[in-house]
Amino acid sequence: MGPTVRGTTARPGRIAVHIALILYTILALGPILLILVNAFKTRRAIFADPLGLPNGQTFTTIGFDRVFANADFGLYFFNSMTVTLVSLVLIVLIGAMAAWALTEYRFPGNTLLSLYLAIGIMVPIRLGSVSILRMMVELNLVNTLTALILVYVAQGLPLAILILGEFIQQIPKDLRDAARCDGVSEYRIFFSIILPLISPAIATVAVFTMVPVWNDLWFPLILAPGDGKQTITLGVQQFIGQYVTDWNAVLASLTLAIAPVLVLYLVFSRYLVRGLTAGAVK
Amino acid sequence: MTDLTASQVQSTDAVRARSRFPVHIAVFLAPAVAIYTLFSIYPLIDTIRLSLYAGDETGLRSFVGLQNFRTLLADPNWSGQFWNALRNNLIFFAIHMVVQNGIGLGLAMLLSLPRLTGGSVYRTLIFLPTMLSVVIIGFIWQLILNPLWGIAPSLLDAVGLRSLFGPWLGQESTALLTVSLISVWQFVGIPMMLIYAALLNIPDDLLDAATVDGAGPFSVFWFVRLPLILPTLGVVSILTFVANFNAFDLIYAIKGALAGPNFSTDILGTFFYRTFFGFQLQVGSPTMGAAVATAMLVIILIGVLIYLFGVQRRLQRHTF
Repeated sequence: MGPTVRGTTARPGRIAVHIALILYTILALGPILLILVNAFKTRRAIFADPLGLPNGQTFTTIGFDRVFANADFGLYFFNSMTVTLVSLVLIVLIGAMAAWALTEYRFPGNTLLSLYLAIGIMVPIRLGSVSILRMMVELNLVNTLTALILVYVAQGLPLAILILGEFIQQIPKDLRDAARCDGVSEYRIFFSIILPLISPAIATVAVFTMVPVWNDLWFPLILAPGDGKQTITLGVQQFIGQYVTDWNAVLASLTLAIAPVLVLYLVFSRYLVRGLTAGAVK
Repeated sequence: MTDLTASQVQSTDAVRARSRFPVHIAVFLAPAVAIYTLFSIYPLIDTIRLSLYAGDETGLRSFVGLQNFRTLLADPNWSGQFWNALRNNLIFFAIHMVVQNGIGLGLAMLLSLPRLTGGSVYRTLIFLPTMLSVVIIGFIWQLILNPLWGIAPSLLDAVGLRSLFGPWLGQESTALLTVSLISVWQFVGIPMMLIYAALLNIPDDLLDAATVDGAGPFSVFWFVRLPLILPTLGVVSILTFVANFNAFDLIYAIKGALAGPNFSTDILGTFFYRTFFGFQLQVGSPTMGAAVATAMLVIILIGVLIYLFGVQRRLQRHTF
């Protein structure tokens, strides 16, 4: 650090920097706040005073009532939860096993297999949709959450293996070598020594895996568009398509979709930021 | 997997002497390799295979070689739409490269200033839209830009720019730009975070040395920091490229599968969806859909290869 050099010269510019950052933050959050605020206002107030906060006269939850009466958001939410959590558990477990094997053991074809598993990081699995749909039809899995979970696990594994592999490499060798001297099996070394140690990396993988799965529209639209198996993203999309002129209901359904993500993000943002800037702070 | 078993057979004794190699490694690898191969790699290869077939009404498929691609690139019924989608996709990508990554770089520079108060609060809040579903973001902006609600014109009025307002999402001339900017608005957090991390990684001594040597803030940025974060800019570019040429959700949420007005917001993702599932009077065709997907795959692979063998190699030689 050069506090004397930069600390003193930067002072006058600091206010300008904050103004720029605050303005951009307003631009980033404004549209979302606008939706949340207006979801609790009467139709008249939404149009007459879109920027105002709801007050005694304009407060209403009629939009939410209509959403709950006309769409099964509880079910969609449950579907999204199930798909996201099951995918996550499988990705972390299966991914960690593969990452462990690839980083710990030297065996013929190791590099080739690592490269093979990395293809999925760059090549989007979406492009295989035609065959995936055919396959799911043959397996009788259309309109099931299982279809979504299988696809999301395949989609999430490459990045998970990469992140977990880098993390496993940093674990000191002594632990497992000591265990091996004591005659502990390779399975127990992984499940009782390594798996607990990689929990910080699991948090990072979780954030990177959960967000795209939770938000995805493509695969729910293609593989599970009906039969009460819609995820929340698809459910909102279908609902708004039907009630496009009912502003209260549209705003309420958007709010219902935003709120859980918002809460989770504010709670877990530390992990995400740490994951994205991994290795930066040493 | 094959060379694993082969070596097992060939030199079981030697392997056993060195370590307890095969079985547990196979057990650790099997679930990941199986699911990944079955639901990711196999569908991609099968899609390429399907693109070489044509199906008729009875569901019978026959091998037609590259005929589907000839149709896609040269048949007037198809090629117009394909080239239009590709052109729009390139514009979509160019806007992201310039605006999204430009703003991301700018914000990262500001956030990486030494001892900036509230830096993590800004970072967290600016990144927030990235976490929301593209579908939700699409609807939010559709409401805000809706002339019926009138929020956008009254906000423009406040800064004296009301005359600029128009039904941006509804006009052929502005729809693609508007949709692109909505996407930029949502995803600016990703380049910001990645570039911010890269800037933090630059040792302070380097910057101090440059400053002591009399370099102004601009020279420090241009000659010291920018060259050092070039590899990250490369990563950001290829991530943007893959994401953009695979995009679908936003256009579908705002404009539907027809990507109107008059296909002016049609990109390869929406074109793929329409070809595969059909729309209005046209019947969907899995084999033509597979051909479009294969074309997209080729485009993405070309981008990735240019990055891996052109950009990344050169950057690494340059910096290390």
